[in-house]
Amino acid sequence: MKSVLAVLTVLAAIVAIWYAACVPMNIKGVLTDLERAGAQVVPEGAVARRDRGAFGLVAKNSFAISATWAQERPRLPAPHQVAVELWQTTVMKKITSKRSLVFHAWVTLSATLMGFAIGTGLGILLAVGIVHSRVMDMSVMPWAIVSQTIPIIALAPMIIVVLYSIGVQGILPKAIISAYLSFFPVVVGMVKGLRSPDAMQIDLLKTYNASPAQGFWKLRLPSSMPYLFASLKIGIASSLVGAIVAELPTGAVAGLGARLLAGSYYGQTIQIWSALFAAAILASVLVGLLGVIQRITLKRMGMA
Amino acid sequence: MIEVILALILWAFGWWVNVRLAEGPMARTRAVRLAVPVIFGITVLLVWELLVRGLNVPMVILPAPSLIVTRFVTSLPVLWVDFRQTILKGALSGYVIGCGAALLVAVLVDRSDFLRRGLLPVGNLVAALPIIGTAPILVMWFGFDWQSKAAVVVVSVFFPMLVNTVAGLAQTSAMQRDLMRTYAAGYWQSFFKLRLPAAMPFIFNGLKISSTLALIGAIVAEFFGSPTMGMGFRISTSVGQLALDMVWAEIVVAALAGTAFYGILAAMERAVTFWHPSQRG
Amino acid sequence: MTTTVIEASGLELTFQTSDGPVHALKDVNLQIEKGDFVSFIGPSGCGKTTFLRVMAALEQPTGGSITVNGMTPEEARKNRAYGYVFQAAGLYPWRTIAKNIKLPLEIMGYSRADQDARVEAVLKLVDLEGFGGKYPWQLSGGMQQRASIARALAFDADILLMDEPFGALDEIVRDHLNEQLLQLWARTEKTIGFVTHSIPEAVYLSTKIVVMSPRPGRITDVIESPLPKERPLEIRDTPEFIEIAHRVREGLRAGHSYDE
Repeated sequence: MKSVLAVLTVLAAIVAIWYAACVPMNIKGVLTDLERAGAQVVPEGAVARRDRGAFGLVAKNSFAISATWAQERPRLPAPHQVAVELWQTTVMKKITSKRSLVFHAWVTLSATLMGFAIGTGLGILLAVGIVHSRVMDMSVMPWAIVSQTIPIIALAPMIIVVLYSIGVQGILPKAIISAYLSFFPVVVGMVKGLRSPDAMQIDLLKTYNASPAQGFWKLRLPSSMPYLFASLKIGIASSLVGAIVAELPTGAVAGLGARLLAGSYYGQTIQIWSALFAAAILASVLVGLLGVIQRITLKRMGMA
Repeated sequence: MIEVILALILWAFGWWVNVRLAEGPMARTRAVRLAVPVIFGITVLLVWELLVRGLNVPMVILPAPSLIVTRFVTSLPVLWVDFRQTILKGALSGYVIGCGAALLVAVLVDRSDFLRRGLLPVGNLVAALPIIGTAPILVMWFGFDWQSKAAVVVVSVFFPMLVNTVAGLAQTSAMQRDLMRTYAAGYWQSFFKLRLPAAMPFIFNGLKISSTLALIGAIVAEFFGSPTMGMGFRISTSVGQLALDMVWAEIVVAALAGTAFYGILAAMERAVTFWHPSQRG
Repeated sequence: MTTTVIEASGLELTFQTSDGPVHALKDVNLQIEKGDFVSFIGPSGCGKTTFLRVMAALEQPTGGSITVNGMTPEEARKNRAYGYVFQAAGLYPWRTIAKNIKLPLEIMGYSRADQDARVEAVLKLVDLEGFGGKYPWQLSGGMQQRASIARALAFDADILLMDEPFGALDEIVRDHLNEQLLQLWARTEKTIGFVTHSIPEAVYLSTKIVVMSPRPGRITDVIESPLPKERPLEIRDTPEFIEIAHRVREGLRAGHSYDE
């Protein structure tokens, strides 16, 4: 209960800071607009204001403060402007419309989920291989760990273009990028998890003369679950980033990444912010969903 | 065709050598532990080279490693300019500012239980978000040059670093805190003598996670606008010109920079947290 | 002549839990004289550790009064009246043994030269000469616990409070450390409060044995030991020793409620 109050306080503080930040960020643009509309602003003329500090301008033109929260193309849109845009482009639009954020989110989400499924599946398979084969462990594992330290997302534009040139288009190239971004965290986490049973537990199974397969199903796999879920959460977040970045280089017209890029071309800041929030909501829903599945699974297994 | 067969033979041979090494009596030695992944890596490169030549894979799909090396060596000046722009200016300055700010905020937050309860869930949530999406906004605010890239890096590393540091500062056991109380130690005394050293493994974990995020942020932010240099810029323009050897050369730079960055941090971690069970080995 | 170091009268401590109040200490009266070796013994939940923590101002009593050296425990702590030894050694893994012993000295602002001299002296006292440069994790459990005792002795507290310090160690190491602790006590003339759940340990070490019982935590018997100050390990086989041990066991049994 105390924590809920604390979180709400922090959120309220963030919103308050955000509103306050809008004033100096947008004041110059607002004053230009107001002057054009015939209002009296101090000092007159955009050139005279250019080198003035934002706070000084706010102090001299305090009547303009409310206008900084209602600009059409602000440098920093106010929270309610983003909320209204989100509402209008989700609930108020048909989801088949090109202007519906639900449509764009779905385009990105489908690539994310497809890639995540592929990456996770292959990752688990490789982890099982690594745990059971010394050669694979020693050959592949160091490279899997190194891959975590390098920005492999830089490969994304090339993969898109190469696949395009051999005729693969649509969801698959994005899914491939999502897949390899979630692949490595899952491999590393799953290997750690499959190795987590301690020597005593393994020795116990040896005294039962259990086969390696029995050891895997009855001990290694169950004990790897907490590790698997931890890396799945990292994996799905990277998958989403991958799908968004994959939409940038080809000038894709659909998807959250495309919305971001289009917004930045045309200076539609409110559109950028609402796409950003849509991506954030999507990410937290996905991670939250995995958290729920984790809790249910671990509870069923008696581990939580 | 001969190259393809050669590639298959080479693959089998490389694997056979590794099996011998990994199953052999020397498997636990340092040399073998190092040799096996290196042999694997070299085998992959050679097979790649042979297959690309044997199957006549066009350069616009997959350039051979030899071609990438040639491009790398002949383009060193360009690569250096890009490296300086993206890694040294964008990523590194953003990393230092972001991690430094997160450390300071963590120390402030740590004094208040209320703030910690409030900020930790929010920070954990934000740390999992696709922060890279702020790139178009920050490019709009800070211009095309490296400052906007540094800003993206600051935003991406801040929360992971904050969450790790706050969690680390809460790592001490009740007994350790009681001990400090029996000495009537003040807040800053127990901070510097107990809580900060105990938090070091977590702080380094945050620093290591952030190092990768910094590179990703700096490179991807350039896809949203940049001056005519930088690794992200070079990658996106070279992709457009189908100069894939140049793209791969930049990726080699990114890989080297990433591993070096991480390696330096890991070495510092070993020096500072030598006492931690995970480092005693 | 004797001076009273710790005096508790009508001491009470009640924890509020979700299952209702728990009386950790109820109507506890005790006097500890200077130079006493006092053991607190009883089953778990009898409040012996809580009592020790109250003396160290790590818990606040909810009733009654307690003084340490004539002051409140809080003031006594600020005057560095006592050193505290916990169940586990609790040495900082990032500091060497010598630096661990210096920790309280740094906090209390001793000079560099004084710190070094004291570390040397207490390392000798607990038989750890030459181990100052080692890290805690390079030492055995018994040696770590000895280092933690050295840490509590490093500053000039004349009271040593020990909460089951040897509980996690094996019998052989424990015997050895008990013997050393007695020698140390004889040499330093400190007042020691010692929590244990081992009857032989309590009888072997103490001049005064405080038997406690749970629900509510209270003192059921205080036994003044007639054993001489000089105690070889073999004393544990003498009739006098067995006699006292018997009385302690009777006290524990009487105070023990069998309703659980």
